[in-house]
Amino acid sequence: MGIIEREGFFTTKLETLINWTRKNSLWPMPMGLSCCAIEMMSFAGPRFDVSRFGSEVFRFSPRQSDVMIVAGTTTYKMAKVVRKIYDQMPDPKWVISMGACASSGGMYRTYSVVQGIDLFLPVDIYVAGCPPRSDSVLKALLQLQEKIQRGETFVQTKKGTIET
Amino acid sequence: MKNLKQVLLDKLANNFNISNESTQECQGDLTIVIPKEKLLDICTFLRDDFELSFDMCKDVVGVDYNRHEYRFEVVYNLYSLKNKFRFLLKVKVDESNIHIPSVVDIWPGANWPEREVYDFFGIIFDRHPDLRRIYMPEEFEYFPLRKEFPLMGIHGSIPLPYK
Repeated sequence: MGIIEREGFFTTKLETLINWTRKNSLWPMPMGLSCCAIEMMSFAGPRFDVSRFGSEVFRFSPRQSDVMIVAGTTTYKMAKVVRKIYDQMPDPKWVISMGACASSGGMYRTYSVVQGIDLFLPVDIYVAGCPPRSDSVLKALLQLQEKIQRGETFVQTKKGTIET
Repeated sequence: MKNLKQVLLDKLANNFNISNESTQECQGDLTIVIPKEKLLDICTFLRDDFELSFDMCKDVVGVDYNRHEYRFEVVYNLYSLKNKFRFLLKVKVDESNIHIPSVVDIWPGANWPEREVYDFFGIIFDRHPDLRRIYMPEEFEYFPLRKEFPLMGIHGSIPLPYK
């Protein structure tokens, strides 16, 4: 107690404190659909070491995840599954669209590939590249952390619509 | 030892009356075109003949040539493990009678490739045990590798989840 008395105290808003805790423990849901998933694994591995930013816990259950990294080509058949997993994640939740295919369909301009996952998901951060380097994904995560600290989030209402 | 290609052609000519005109070889790939009615008999023979023993159906693919007569072709990629010999068996399919006998009874491995050909070209394999779509969603109504199918698909034919 003596130390705390000597150091003093600081005041903050509860919202800021909660956002600070949220942004430093973003647990990813690895939605690895194709080759981008390899870079996503490297991003979690020791070389790029995302545990420096509190996201090392890749949860393979949507119930325990905060941010879904959609890494790869999303086909129409898979879109339903991606959306279902997104719906199973508890609020608050965020989405990183990793790579050209997830962001815009990429080179797969064809009937079977969704031309951008933002057609059926609210996306927070897009990462360019085919596949993006792991440090680009780290940068996306850091930008997402800034966004969370600013308090900008999508909120899902009961009707299923998305509001900012 | 006799050349296996010659053995194969001789046996097909003697037993099934397949002429040399329906045979061609390009870059080492031997192709034999056979009529649809003889498909099952020839396939059974190729598998069971001791000398040939084509015991492996590597792949079944479809082709859409977009012509008036015999628009489609089904190509069987057959391989003999014993002789290390491969050739392609082609069957022409007309659009008006888009049925072809299934070879699943002869090579069980042809099950999924035949479903794939059905999925993309709409060619119906008679007596196939489980002829469903394999890649596209089951409620999809079109055959996407046919020439008339637009590259970007038909808008709204595959529903997306709500946003």
